[in-house]
Amino acid sequence: MSYKVKVYVTLRESVLDPQGSAVMGSLHKLNYQEVKDVRIGKYMELLIDKSVKDLDKSVMEICEKLLANTVIEDYRYEVEEVVTQ
Amino acid sequence: MKFAVIVFPGSNCDVDMYHAVKDILGEEVEYVDHNVTDLDMFDGILLPGGFSYGDYLRTGALARFSNVMDEVVKAAEAGKPILGVCNGFQILLEADLLPGAMRRNDNLKFMCRPVELRVENNKSMFTSEYESGEVITVPIAHGEGNYYCDDETLDRLQANNQIVFTYNGTNPNGSIADIAGITNERGNVLGMMPHPERAVEELLGSADGMKLFQSIVKNWRLSANVVTS
Repeated sequence: MSYKVKVYVTLRESVLDPQGSAVMGSLHKLNYQEVKDVRIGKYMELLIDKSVKDLDKSVMEICEKLLANTVIEDYRYEVEEVVTQ
Repeated sequence: MKFAVIVFPGSNCDVDMYHAVKDILGEEVEYVDHNVTDLDMFDGILLPGGFSYGDYLRTGALARFSNVMDEVVKAAEAGKPILGVCNGFQILLEADLLPGAMRRNDNLKFMCRPVELRVENNKSMFTSEYESGEVITVPIAHGEGNYYCDDETLDRLQANNQIVFTYNGTNPNGSIADIAGITNERGNVLGMMPHPERAVEELLGSADGMKLFQSIVKNWRLSANVVTS
């Protein structure tokens, strides 16, 4: 058994997202005027051995040390239990 | 004075940096691999531009955990001059040797052309050979030079004169307060997006970057003399 940890990293609300703005512009050109905002982020999956002592502590450390740059990015994650060979 | 040019996997301005120091400045310089764990023999550390680790995850994010970076931190604490250009600047930000972070250029384009910079602080060990307010021409070549920091950090940068270079006229990337280069509070770590090592002889279109290297050497000699006398 392992944990599959799905990590989402996004730019902080206060930080402008030029990629998201460009994509929103294209969506508006495609006539999806209902789209009010687009934010582009990253999605990562970590497979973590079940023997880990404190899963939340490990994942938060991993996110803050490397996966997210907390000066401009926020992160959140979801955990699933999976069976691995 | 002996310089180290740190070579990460994916560095590509290391040769330009080496050339500027060795052939134009006329000082000693060596390439240093990113796995090296001792920088004691060097007086100044240069982090060159490029795409270390392919810019995977974020620019500079993986290079920051190279073995050599512990030594770069030590050298910074010892007060040695440390210059990070372009990807080198991005690595210094990720390593927390400088405050703030880098975003994609606001126009989403890779910008590669000469730009005008204004010398905002000519009291630093990197800029003492320039006049205050001097406008110089130095090339940029980056897709992520859109410097960001929060208001509190910006206030601190301004209060301590840590903003050394700003873009004069058009800001090519959307950086906050037109920032092109900043130092740490102590003033011995400089990160900048423009490439002074590509502006060291008229053949390259500008020699305006030369005074930056000359400033480092001059100030190092002055401090070395003070220590020995």
